[in-house]
Amino acid sequence: MDKPANQLQKQGIRIEGLKKRYGEGDTAVDALKGVDMQVAPGEVVGLVGPSGSGKTTMLKCLGAVIEPTAGRMTLASEVIYDERWKISDLRALRRDKIGFVFQAPYLIPFLDVTDNVAILPMLAGRPNGEARKRALELLEALDIAHRARAMPSQLSGGEQQRVSIARALVNRPPVILADEPTAPLDSERALAVMRILNQMARQYETAIIIVTHDEKIIPTFKRIYRIRDGRTEEEAGEGRSLQ
Amino acid sequence: MISLAGRDILHSLEKFVLTGVGLGLLIGVTLTMAGVYRGMVDDAEVLLDNSGTDLWVVQKDTLGPYAEPSSLEDDTWRGIRAMPGVADAADVTYLTMQVQGIEPTGLRDVRSMVVGIAPGAPGTPGWPPYLIAGRQITHSHYEVVADIASGFRLGEQVQIRRERYTVVGLTRRLVSSSGDPMVFIPLKDAQQAQFLKDNDAIVRNRARTAGNPALNRPGVPGLLDAVIASQSTNPYVNAVLVQITPGYTPDEVAASIRRWKRLTVYTRAQMEDILVKKLIATASKQIGMFLVILALVSAAIVAFIIYTLTLGKIREIAVLKLIGTTNRTIAAMIMQQAVGLGLIGFLVGKIAATFWGPFFPRYVLLEPADTARGFAIVVVICVLASLLAIRAALKVDPAEAIGG
Ligand SMILES: Nc1ncnc2c1ncn2[C@@H]1O[C@H](COP(=O)(O)OP(=O)(O)O)[C@@H](O)[C@H]1O
Ligand SMILES: [Mg+2]
Repeated sequence: MDKPANQLQKQGIRIEGLKKRYGEGDTAVDALKGVDMQVAPGEVVGLVGPSGSGKTTMLKCLGAVIEPTAGRMTLASEVIYDERWKISDLRALRRDKIGFVFQAPYLIPFLDVTDNVAILPMLAGRPNGEARKRALELLEALDIAHRARAMPSQLSGGEQQRVSIARALVNRPPVILADEPTAPLDSERALAVMRILNQMARQYETAIIIVTHDEKIIPTFKRIYRIRDGRTEEEAGEGRSLQ
Repeated sequence: MISLAGRDILHSLEKFVLTGVGLGLLIGVTLTMAGVYRGMVDDAEVLLDNSGTDLWVVQKDTLGPYAEPSSLEDDTWRGIRAMPGVADAADVTYLTMQVQGIEPTGLRDVRSMVVGIAPGAPGTPGWPPYLIAGRQITHSHYEVVADIASGFRLGEQVQIRRERYTVVGLTRRLVSSSGDPMVFIPLKDAQQAQFLKDNDAIVRNRARTAGNPALNRPGVPGLLDAVIASQSTNPYVNAVLVQITPGYTPDEVAASIRRWKRLTVYTRAQMEDILVKKLIATASKQIGMFLVILALVSAAIVAFIIYTLTLGKIREIAVLKLIGTTNRTIAAMIMQQAVGLGLIGFLVGKIAATFWGPFFPRYVLLEPADTARGFAIVVVICVLASLLAIRAALKVDPAEAIGG
């Protein structure tokens, strides 16, 4: 094994032979039949495929909200799953090691913008002041700090999505999982979100996996995992510039 | 960590406050019901305190004079008075009836407990111990000392049966166990009021007596008149009130009256027992039922509101779980909201009960201990009522936030 490959293995995320079967017996569905994936820190990859191909299932396994049936997952050089969970506190794993970005922003409507972001470090036990300071840094990086005291309902869709990206990043997780983050946005805004995600991936050394079938953004990926019938194929993307 | 419950309440403050006010009015009713019961007990105690007596002597084997009819000859007191340990003894009558106010406030009926008090000086057993206005009864006829709750005023003319009386004094907090204000009149008047028949009845009775050959003998002049005279006076009273000489205990004096006079005697403690445990027992059970139902309704309201609010937040709860919020934090959030609702409700209820209490016809006693107990019960009810919503929230799968 050469050194750079070893580096990649040690950080980012690595999935080997991951299987997921829903149900048992006759009605069992093999949603994932052994998928492989590797994403380096700072890299943004697309996960594409037709409906029902297993994209969401893969995201849920990675996000530690459903248990795979077999395989191995390594996150930031820590084996989190190897035929069974290797981590006892999956909640803390999600909180500290994984950022989530959804199709809809899913902000907490009764918290203002700052606290929607700061809630994560707070949940991790950080003092309120420190948590808010970190939240503001990210809001500034995402160019939304001027709305820091606004309530989610007062923001536009694009602004809300930026806040949800700030929330995903605030605990500096090694990986961010995004499920159709640009679906409700028009072309211009969708590309803006992609630009932000790429920039954040570089700036915070985060591996970002984006599930999408949004034709507007697929050409921006340098690398794509195409999932079909429960198996992944890696392919090169166009890597179109976002500038 | 910030208070998620607090933020949520602030975010939908109007909904919370409106629900809290509704709940509060219900809690106010509950506190008032408890206050009505406490008021009844307190009225009974004040009645005993202000009766100016240590012992109640009543007809043998009755629960008189308040809880059952009791009748004694009106000279019984003389024999009792002469017994060792008795400082003073006096007749008393009680009769619940309509008293009519005539002048100057205009005609109106007031249901009252008319108390006939023996002649004597202030301090005589049965006399109202203190007045808030006017003077005690000084004439042996047609004067009244009335409780202020009757609405009568000093100098007002009132009618009891066929006689007119003048209000010369006012007392307060002297009401019967059913809440009727007491109206004190001279004993003789009271005995007559109890006995008084209408003119036709007197004529008929006189004719019937005259028609009885045994009572109307030609050879015995004056017999018929004597019989009729005895028929048209009322030599009975309801009880004899006894004050005890210092140095004697109520129990020993009561025992000797029981033994020598063959009458039933109640001490203060026994009378309290009769008033509180027997006379208002049904009323207190009634109120108890109300309290239980009101508590159940309050619980149902809190449970319903908190459950609805929680169902409206299922997606947010899934997101909170996904990003690592513990079940404990989420349960605490819902429980705090329920308790918050209870707090608003309790505050509103307490204020409402304090505000409308004085408008009730009977004394409403809001005891701090009941308020504290009510508060504890509200908190417990809210916690229990939130369990349903908590169960729903804990069942939410964080995977739901990711979707399909
Ligand atoms: N909870 C589940 N129980 C049973 N089958 C499921 C469940 N979730 C998904 N599936 C099945 O697994 C396959 C992959 O689904 P999914 O991961 O949602 O695909 P995609 O997100 O690519 O549309 C589909 O055949 C779907 O019907
Ligand atoms: Mg899907």
